[in-house]
Amino acid sequence: MREITYDQAALEAIQEEFRRDPRTVHMATDLPPELRQEFGSDRIRVTPIAENNFVGASIGLAGSGFRTVANIRMATFGFVALDQMMNHAAKITYMFGGQAKFPILYRMTVGGGFQGAAEHSISPYSMYMNVPGLKILLPTTPYDVKGLLKTALRDNNPVVSFEHFLLGGTIGEVPEKEYFIPFGKADIKRKGTDVTVVALAKMVHEALAVAEELAGKGISLEVIDPRTLIPFDKQTVIRSVKKTGRLVVVDEACQTCGAAAEIIAFTTSDKSAFGKLKSAPVRVCGMDIPIPFSPPMEKFALPDKKKIIRAVMNVLGD
Amino acid sequence: MNLSKKQKIDLFNTMLTIRRFEERLFDEFYAGSITGFVHSYIGEEAIATGVIAHLKKEDRIVSHHRGHGHCIAKGADMKRMMAEIYGRKTGYCKGKGGSMHIADFSIGMLGADGIVGAGLPIATGASIAAQLEGKGNVAAVFFGDGACQEGEFHEALNLASLWKLPLLFVCENNGWGVNTSIGESFGAKEITRVPDAFHIAHKTVDGNDVERVYQAAEKAVARLRKGSGPFFLECKTYRWHKHFLSDALPDLRPKNELEAWKKKCPVKAYETKLLKQGILTPKKIAAMNAKIMDAVEEANQYALASPFPKPQDALQDIYSK
Ligand SMILES: Cc1ncc(C[n+]2csc(CCOP(=O)(O)OP(=O)(O)O)c2C)c(N)n1
Ligand SMILES: [Mg+2]
Repeated sequence: MREITYDQAALEAIQEEFRRDPRTVHMATDLPPELRQEFGSDRIRVTPIAENNFVGASIGLAGSGFRTVANIRMATFGFVALDQMMNHAAKITYMFGGQAKFPILYRMTVGGGFQGAAEHSISPYSMYMNVPGLKILLPTTPYDVKGLLKTALRDNNPVVSFEHFLLGGTIGEVPEKEYFIPFGKADIKRKGTDVTVVALAKMVHEALAVAEELAGKGISLEVIDPRTLIPFDKQTVIRSVKKTGRLVVVDEACQTCGAAAEIIAFTTSDKSAFGKLKSAPVRVCGMDIPIPFSPPMEKFALPDKKKIIRAVMNVLGD
Repeated sequence: MNLSKKQKIDLFNTMLTIRRFEERLFDEFYAGSITGFVHSYIGEEAIATGVIAHLKKEDRIVSHHRGHGHCIAKGADMKRMMAEIYGRKTGYCKGKGGSMHIADFSIGMLGADGIVGAGLPIATGASIAAQLEGKGNVAAVFFGDGACQEGEFHEALNLASLWKLPLLFVCENNGWGVNTSIGESFGAKEITRVPDAFHIAHKTVDGNDVERVYQAAEKAVARLRKGSGPFFLECKTYRWHKHFLSDALPDLRPKNELEAWKKKCPVKAYETKLLKQGILTPKKIAAMNAKIMDAVEEANQYALASPFPKPQDALQDIYSK
């Protein structure tokens, strides 16, 4: 199968859907040259550096029958747009009693590990999970990003896609043939029997590397990538934990009130899974600090393979 | 353009309808039948009336917390408005929005927004849609002087100016945001200096004179339809009631200011004018009034007869299909 980059796969999803539906608009502070060339300046708009404005404008466009892709770029810039995102995009379908549809795709990058320092590194998806009304994606491979964005571009709700900054250039197999990945369906990225590892964003790749390494030592990890945080495929995680009896959740977002806490909470609240647990679940998360710039400190703040291995050994009782 | 007799009567009728609807809310609120945050539009009726008279169904508007007048002028059904304000299942938003969040997408009323300034970015989107459709449709956004202090206001002006959006900014300048005067809160003093800085054409009118508003909006909307870019209409007015209906909220505005503005009642002033012109007679006015009172009463009865939503209905409409 052909291999393309994550960014290329995401672009293809948008191109295909923009070809199909002329009532689509792209807004971002930076020009996406391929889209501009194909779809022109009316539909592919470079906005002023006013994130709150174009996040809000997407809502007005949606309420007027247009679908918008708004690329906010970094999640830290997304904070500038939180009024429109949280007060309006998330609530507007509900607050107006479902009168209108709001088909919007918001994209932004998350994560650290590239010496961007605190104002350019963060993974705030759990904040968004806390404001009902948004659907939340966390695509981790070229295949997933294309399939999930394709689904998002047919969904009639505001969808936020959080894409790890360091994944954009990664390469993977993507079929030429059209496909869609449904929301709320986790992907078991590696089957295993000893420990369930639920990993988010870039940590999926770290967890897979750990699984490979530990397989050599006779330890079998099952690595689950939820792919969408809202809706969340709880059953796949619960089923796996019932099988392995051990759970490690890996997420580079801060630990406090994070998605990892929610994953452990719903798993341990499930009586059948709780009864099968052989050890207390463990979180491997980013530290509760702003991400520092200097490489040794930054590395210290974020999860890595070593920390994941330590957690796996911990739940195995070693 | 000179207004025809019928146009004048229509303007008067819309203003009177808003007035009677709002008076009824006032009574019902203080009688305890309505709860929540109800912001009265009394005193400002000429603005929604004069502007929206120029808008078609396909033109979209975005409103704010003080939004009942905009809904009525755009042609919303008072029964469903009233039911929403009473929190009933038959309301526009099935009871999920209340007084501050009435919307009717089928008539181009894209909703009232309770976050000060937040309607402005949304309205830029509605006007981008109009621009893309290329049928000469326009969007209008209503907001107060208080909203002009928010960054969203300045961002929306920038975008509208830059992209020549067919967007009519209607600033309902009543001089106050809750109990803070514009003098205490707005550095540019004159609001229109801001659109001016963005090269947006603007005009300031007496917002209590419905014909002045109508004529200014007529020119503005014609420009928008031709694709000449946005327009900013500042309408000077005054709200008669407290910021929202409430026993507890104080009204710290000077009493004499309110008294002076009450003498400039937009409804009464227009009634006097039309009587003088012989367009209306006391008898005709009484008949119009009776008809409006009946419609408001019917809306109220409809709301009261409507069921409340079931508690579990709270779980519906989080997402659309
Ligand atoms: C962002 C935000 N800040 C504060 C409030 C509380 N608040 C509601 S209305 C209002 C005053 C608004 O004044 P203005 O825009 O002039 O409208 P008016 O009430 O005078 O019609 C304030 C401060 C709010 N709803 N939203
Ligand atoms: Mg005001």
